[in-house]
Amino acid sequence: MIAYRPSRAPGYAALALLALALAAGFLPVLRMGLEQGIAGLDPYVFRVLRFTLLQAGLSTFLSLLLGLPLARALARQSAFPGRALLLRLLNLPLALPAIVVIIGIIEVYGARGWFGGIFDIYGLQGILLAHVFFNVPLAARLILADLERIPAESWKLAAQLGLRPLAIWRLVEWPAVKSGVAGAALLIFLLCASSFAVVLTLGGGPRATTLEVAIYQSLRSDFDPQRASMLALVQLALCATLALVAQAWGGLAAGWPALRLQPKRYDGRSTTARLLDGGIVLVALLLLVPPLVALIGAGLFHINPSPLLLRALLTSLGLGAASAVLAFVVVWPLAAFAVRSGGWRKVTSIAVLASWIVPPAALATGWFISLIAHAGMTGLAAFLVIAMNALMSLPFVARVLMPALAQSAEAHDRLCLSLGLAGWSRFRLVELPVMKRAIGLSLVMALILSLGDLTAISLFGTQDFVTLPALIYRQMGSYRFDEAIGTALVLSALVLAFSTLAERWSDQR
Amino acid sequence: MIRLEDVRFRYEEMAMRFDAEFPTGSFTAVIGPSGGGKSTLLNLIAGFEAPEQGCVLIDGVDVTALPPDRRPVSMIFQDNNVFAHLDLWQNVALGISPSLRLDAERKARVDAALAEVGLGALMHRKPGEVSGGERQRVAVARALVRDRPVLLLDEPFAALGPALRRDMLDLVKAMQQARGLTVVMVTHQPEDAQAAASHTAYLENGHIVALRPTAELFAAQDLPGLRDYLGDWSRPEL
Repeated sequence: MIAYRPSRAPGYAALALLALALAAGFLPVLRMGLEQGIAGLDPYVFRVLRFTLLQAGLSTFLSLLLGLPLARALARQSAFPGRALLLRLLNLPLALPAIVVIIGIIEVYGARGWFGGIFDIYGLQGILLAHVFFNVPLAARLILADLERIPAESWKLAAQLGLRPLAIWRLVEWPAVKSGVAGAALLIFLLCASSFAVVLTLGGGPRATTLEVAIYQSLRSDFDPQRASMLALVQLALCATLALVAQAWGGLAAGWPALRLQPKRYDGRSTTARLLDGGIVLVALLLLVPPLVALIGAGLFHINPSPLLLRALLTSLGLGAASAVLAFVVVWPLAAFAVRSGGWRKVTSIAVLASWIVPPAALATGWFISLIAHAGMTGLAAFLVIAMNALMSLPFVARVLMPALAQSAEAHDRLCLSLGLAGWSRFRLVELPVMKRAIGLSLVMALILSLGDLTAISLFGTQDFVTLPALIYRQMGSYRFDEAIGTALVLSALVLAFSTLAERWSDQR
Repeated sequence: MIRLEDVRFRYEEMAMRFDAEFPTGSFTAVIGPSGGGKSTLLNLIAGFEAPEQGCVLIDGVDVTALPPDRRPVSMIFQDNNVFAHLDLWQNVALGISPSLRLDAERKARVDAALAEVGLGALMHRKPGEVSGGERQRVAVARALVRDRPVLLLDEPFAALGPALRRDMLDLVKAMQQARGLTVVMVTHQPEDAQAAASHTAYLENGHIVALRPTAELFAAQDLPGLRDYLGDWSRPEL
């Protein structure tokens, strides 16, 4: 059978662009790293690596320690008042930019905060607190999705056989969640091992720094590209290993729980069970709510509509829009091929995976070394930030566009072939109207990601090239914490407005 | 004997009311349009749903307030009757002990039940490694070891081919007669009812419209809803 073939040129161009970006990041790092050889792996590198693994391991452990019981409590108590609200609350930390949440945490647990003195938030404790704040909801939602996939008959059977909570856990729940728990653990470990904003703001000293932040410091403070590339190589190896393990496991693709009819459960009705589940939910609320309330409460009084804030806002929106469009333009032609040909599907998934596992700071080191030899930073800063953010959002854009595009190919290819409809006119007349929600969703997701970015802007930003997250960080650093809270509230409002839009589009697909 | 006394239940827009009796040792088929409340009737007897009003009596005991595991009832579903990560033997043994700790005498009972349903050779396979019909046999074997006087079947063999379905029905029928079980079986296949059931209930819009000896019910001319439900099937000459 003759199949529809999208035009080749854009596909090859997109692939070439991606290859160029990755090669420009990877090759200089590799060359500079190999030149140093084993000698480059000095005690400092090992110390940073050890702390990276330590904090990621502890963060993962603590997140699952609360996330797993929370998921079980939410699954078991399927009809208490406020459950739907709580599920939405669990989405919030994932939607908000890291820097914003950090501001909230400092406001609550910092030396002069509401609960000041409980934790020493500058150092390991603070890093763990922030990571747990982000990842308990992530773990809970991933595991809850697995629990809700257990068929209704299993619950009836468990009730009829009179299984006790422990037996239900052993026979019904644990078998359903165990691969999901492993997947969630890997994902959380990977996220924490390459977390930038949290470690930059709450750690950062020589004792509490991770590879990602140490790379940034070597590049921007110490101007030591040699050390940066050694650290980048170690970070690359670490992330690649984790991502490959995760890929082999296949547990990362787990979806979100849909808002569908939940199977009725017959367990968890006893007073003990209710108290236990209620207690766990309460602990989660105590963890999640105060920083958010503090952010809103304190932020409202400190919004300072200075020209600087306005400029940062516009810069953020401009950069975000540009990187969203860039990500779309790269993913679209690749996806158009990938949904129609097995070979392209492989190439595309490798390219997307590569852009996901390559840690931004490691990539930035390469770009830095490549470009610094030829030109100054200033003129290129905006382009580098846009490119970096586009690259980071590729997996998300692909995840949204691919299924929609596959559906459209299935429905329209033969008709388009018979009418001779191809290229731009096909995009304008068929895909654009049919897929407008998916296209909009992919653009907004990329925009949200880049609005919250602190990594790229820290690595490439300059004194007068400032986005909202960079402004918050600067205000924090110059003892104007109140202003930082105001700016953080503006940024969160912006991000939440866009994610509400995205949520609406994704629901109606 | 199963007795439903003025049992009221509301599901979304539909108000259901059941007032019926299933004598001890009887085999009753329940037929009727989808969404009419057939599964709800079984769920009320098994204790998976609680009536808003009225009571359910089994052998003279009011079980309305009892949880499913305290009722003298076993139930077999259309699907998902087994835990995929346990082998067939363990799935049956769960019917005796949720902790799977069995003494020699109980182990022998599990072995015997598996042999009775023809799964003796497959007992250490996982459910994923056997056919759909064999998975349903596991559920029958579990009901055997549980040894409860009431057996409820919710379209248990709907996913099986005609020959297999007939085999399974014979198996359940033999089990019912050997042990004097009271069986209530929801089905969409009139021939299942005719092959196995002494009585058949026709259920529509949340009410048992008629409960009669099977042959009598299928011959009835006074039930217009039943004629529409059965369609051409009741008039083979067409």
